Amino acid sequence: MLANVDWWLIGKASIDTLLMTGFSLLFTVLIGLPVGVLLFLTAPGQVLDNRAVYQTVAFVVNVLRSVPFLILLIVMIPLTRVLAGTALGVQGAIPPLVASAAPFFARLVENVLRELDPGVSEACRAMGANSRQTVLWALIPEATTGILAAIVVTAITLVGYSAMSGVIGGGGLGDLALRFGYQRYQTDVMVVTVLILVVMVQVLQVFGDRWVAKMNRK
Amino acid sequence: MIDLEDIRKTYHSGGRAVHALADVNLAIRQGEVFGIIGRSGAGKSTLIRMLNLLERPTEGAVKVDGRDITAFSDAQLREYRRGVGMVFQHFNLLRSRTVLDNVCFPLRLAGMTRDARLARAREVLALVGLSDHAHKYPGQLSGGQQQRVGIARALANRPRLLLCDEATSALDPETTQSILRLLGDINRRLGLTIVLITHSMDVIRAVCDRVAVIEAGRIVESGEVLEVFLHPRHDATQSLLSESGMDAEGWRAMADGLTGRLLRLSFRGDATVQPLLSRISRELSLDLSILQGSVGRIKDTPFGQLVVCVQGPDESLARLDAMLSDAGVDHELLRP
Repeated sequence: MLANVDWWLIGKASIDTLLMTGFSLLFTVLIGLPVGVLLFLTAPGQVLDNRAVYQTVAFVVNVLRSVPFLILLIVMIPLTRVLAGTALGVQGAIPPLVASAAPFFARLVENVLRELDPGVSEACRAMGANSRQTVLWALIPEATTGILAAIVVTAITLVGYSAMSGVIGGGGLGDLALRFGYQRYQTDVMVVTVLILVVMVQVLQVFGDRWVAKMNRK
Repeated sequence: MIDLEDIRKTYHSGGRAVHALADVNLAIRQGEVFGIIGRSGAGKSTLIRMLNLLERPTEGAVKVDGRDITAFSDAQLREYRRGVGMVFQHFNLLRSRTVLDNVCFPLRLAGMTRDARLARAREVLALVGLSDHAHKYPGQLSGGQQQRVGIARALANRPRLLLCDEATSALDPETTQSILRLLGDINRRLGLTIVLITHSMDVIRAVCDRVAVIEAGRIVESGEVLEVFLHPRHDATQSLLSESGMDAEGWRAMADGLTGRLLRLSFRGDATVQPLLSRISRELSLDLSILQGSVGRIKDTPFGQLVVCVQGPDESLARLDAMLSDAGVDHELLRP
């Protein structure tokens, strides 16, 4: 048992997976958060109600979300080379991961903001706040726990997607599972990588939930 | 202080025009507590939002000290709103911030320094009796305490006008009384003008000086609270009164089997505590039976209203009018 398992390789692949997840999560939040806020604010009936902006952004978000990740991974290769310098390895996996996760995260953020009590917004207006003050001083702080929960969900999705990037030589545990577990019929390698992925997701979920609970004031 | 002139608010839904407010004219005086009462959907929420333009009138002017605020620029309007406090039915506090930070919020909008904000916030928290809860989160407080935070927040920036949007409707009766006492107290101590909306005559009776009754987007009756309570003219007013145990028409059910003259007597102020009925029966040898009655206080004025059936010799009945007038009691002949 476990005769084929090269633990050094497994360790390196695990670190690669974490790096891919971590960096793409960082960029996903940096891009997705403002886009989510923009979607919320420009939606019909909201503070900055703007049909043109809302529909354009919503269209881009929907297109990116409707392309299957595996296809996106391949379609984006030329763009990935420009952005990351290579379409291979950890670096090459990050642009498609972000392109896929940022729209998803933006929608989650939009929903969190939409679920907020509209009374908060009204109270801000009644106190003489402008839109910027309402968003930055009231809505985003109020939405913090919901946004944290969205980050946890997105991180877990990214762990799964990062494994898929192994198909085009993306590195990490998925790459290992594909090359050794699948192509060389090394079932033990496959089992170990899957177990590690399961553990990673569990750890993220458990600590994520605790983090959210700790921040919650409701 | 505030004049609403020919206010009309029309919404369009599904191609049909819905008149939320029509022909509304109101004058609110400096330093008074003005109540607007009506059922849900009558337009009272829309009406109170005209006073800080959270809702804009379709037609008409909202004049504050003679200046029409509907003509203000966005910046002028924000400046105006900073001088108008608003308290909400569901409090609308920031749940992610402490009580102290919630009260600091409007001061931050006003551009005060952090130290000045904290000092002023502690001052108003003391005023509403919440000094011990400054570092708690709204979620840790009871409804009544949260509403006190809402009031403190509304008062923080030293407003000249306080708008209360069903401020006690989500609270239990006891808490409602304590919040109303607080509002009355603020009105007296700070000389603050308060406009409140409610669906409860008890709220009007407890704190208001004047009242307007709104139904289907129109003001159907308005005046001094005492006057409206003792002599309601519109059906909407009478039905609202009967819901708070002040049924002006309840005597009718009992009057059918009785012979004699039916009178409605309205007392106010000192007249309320005179032993008038026993004097009538002793000096005029008349028999009296009370068919309906209520005695209470409207804000600080005692009042009473009785429907009585009077029987006795004609010459005594003839002297009754004069005696009631001498005693300063309004009387209305319901049945000769």
